[in-house]
Amino acid sequence: MPDAKKILFDPILENNPIALQVLGVCSALAVTTSLQVTLVMCAALTTVTAFSNLFISLIRHHMPGNIRIIIQMTIIASLVIIVDQFLQAFAFQISKSLSVFVGLIITNCIVMGRAEAFAIKHGPGASFLDGVGNGVGYSLVLITVGSLRELLGSGTLLGFSILPLRGDGGWFQANGLMLLSPSAFFIIGFFIWALRSRKKDQVEQKEYRLAPHTIKGDAF
Amino acid sequence: MASSSYSMKQTLLTAFFLCVVCSVLVSIAAVALKPMQDANRIQDRNRNILVAAGVYDAENQAAADIGVLFDQFTPRIVDLVEGRFLNAQEINQLGIDIATYDQRRATSDPRYSRPLTDTEDIAKIKRLVRYPLVYVAEQQDQIQKLVLPVSGYGLWSIIYGYLVLEGDANTVIGIGFYESKETPGLGAEVTSPSWLAQWSGKKVFTDNGSVALRVIRGSGAGESEISGIAGATLTSRGVDNLIQFWMGGNGFGPLLRNLGGN
Repeated sequence: MPDAKKILFDPILENNPIALQVLGVCSALAVTTSLQVTLVMCAALTTVTAFSNLFISLIRHHMPGNIRIIIQMTIIASLVIIVDQFLQAFAFQISKSLSVFVGLIITNCIVMGRAEAFAIKHGPGASFLDGVGNGVGYSLVLITVGSLRELLGSGTLLGFSILPLRGDGGWFQANGLMLLSPSAFFIIGFFIWALRSRKKDQVEQKEYRLAPHTIKGDAF
Repeated sequence: MASSSYSMKQTLLTAFFLCVVCSVLVSIAAVALKPMQDANRIQDRNRNILVAAGVYDAENQAAADIGVLFDQFTPRIVDLVEGRFLNAQEINQLGIDIATYDQRRATSDPRYSRPLTDTEDIAKIKRLVRYPLVYVAEQQDQIQKLVLPVSGYGLWSIIYGYLVLEGDANTVIGIGFYESKETPGLGAEVTSPSWLAQWSGKKVFTDNGSVALRVIRGSGAGESEISGIAGATLTSRGVDNLIQFWMGGNGFGPLLRNLGGN
């Protein structure tokens, strides 16, 4: 099995699913207004990615090419349904806050992306680790976004008041923009900027360069 | 990666086996966890009723209090047509056991319900149960709070909730929706505490007994006006329709008229 540490730790900063592969950004916008909900989402996605990678890798030699994608979809969907059932049984209020977004893990590009890019070419152990690694990478970005949005948007973290709000007699004027989706985009943008300033090899090469302007006069 | 070509038979067999395994696993999870999920749903519904009745403050009270607080409400069966509560003997004669009575199941049971005609069915619920289960909080035989189950079609499916009225059968204490599948961020705002807060103190009926409580576009300042949710026209209209229906002649209208002495 190729280097286990590399598989597990690369997706955290070297090959982050959101920051470099740019996958799964949609769920990052929707659930990150509250850190508690974010944590549950991260756990759910990591579980689904790890186990879907594992199961797809186990049957990778028995998948007819023409139904490969559908088989992967079926496995991913079944896992998400099972995770959703567990959430409704053990964390009902949180599953209500997550509402449709747990189901949307099925459509999260990270899960399918890793299945296609890794699981069908590698053994089960490596695939499971890859799923965990990508889940952790995703969680890193989401927890960053979630902490900032909840702290600056509501003055709380995990429900505990950290910055006392003006409305409750404190001094902190909550930043309403942080509770809207675009703020998640901005925070992710800053995250990518910071990451690429440190790791210059992630900066993309320009695909084209503007040629010098040669036309000197008007056409007519 | 396997690159051998598969015969049609192998493909179908693989697909079949995969479906069987996945179905079995999902079913096991769903069936095994169902009791816990049902208990959660009932507690959530009771919590909603208590919040709507202004009795439970989610931020300051523990979830464990829900059971105790809910004990102040007694379940009663109402006869919508006659507009009155049924006594224990009448309930028995109908074959209803109040402790296990499931109003939604009774709505499909022809013994206890009937279909609605298109003109009657403003809330698009298709069938109407004759014997809904309501909750009453009484003190010395005086009704203090009346919890009425209401339902109606929103944008995507039927919204279920409870409307809590004061003993005068006219003033709203609060309303809560415990089951809805409306658009998150838009129609689903019907479950947000800030939108629901505007319902308390509104009056359902005018002086001459007609239903006045409306969900309107724009801001409602009147004693019977609720401002709808911007961007959620159909959900807001759905809530308006369900109020019109359940407070009207086919719903709790007769009961409330009798109780309020209007």
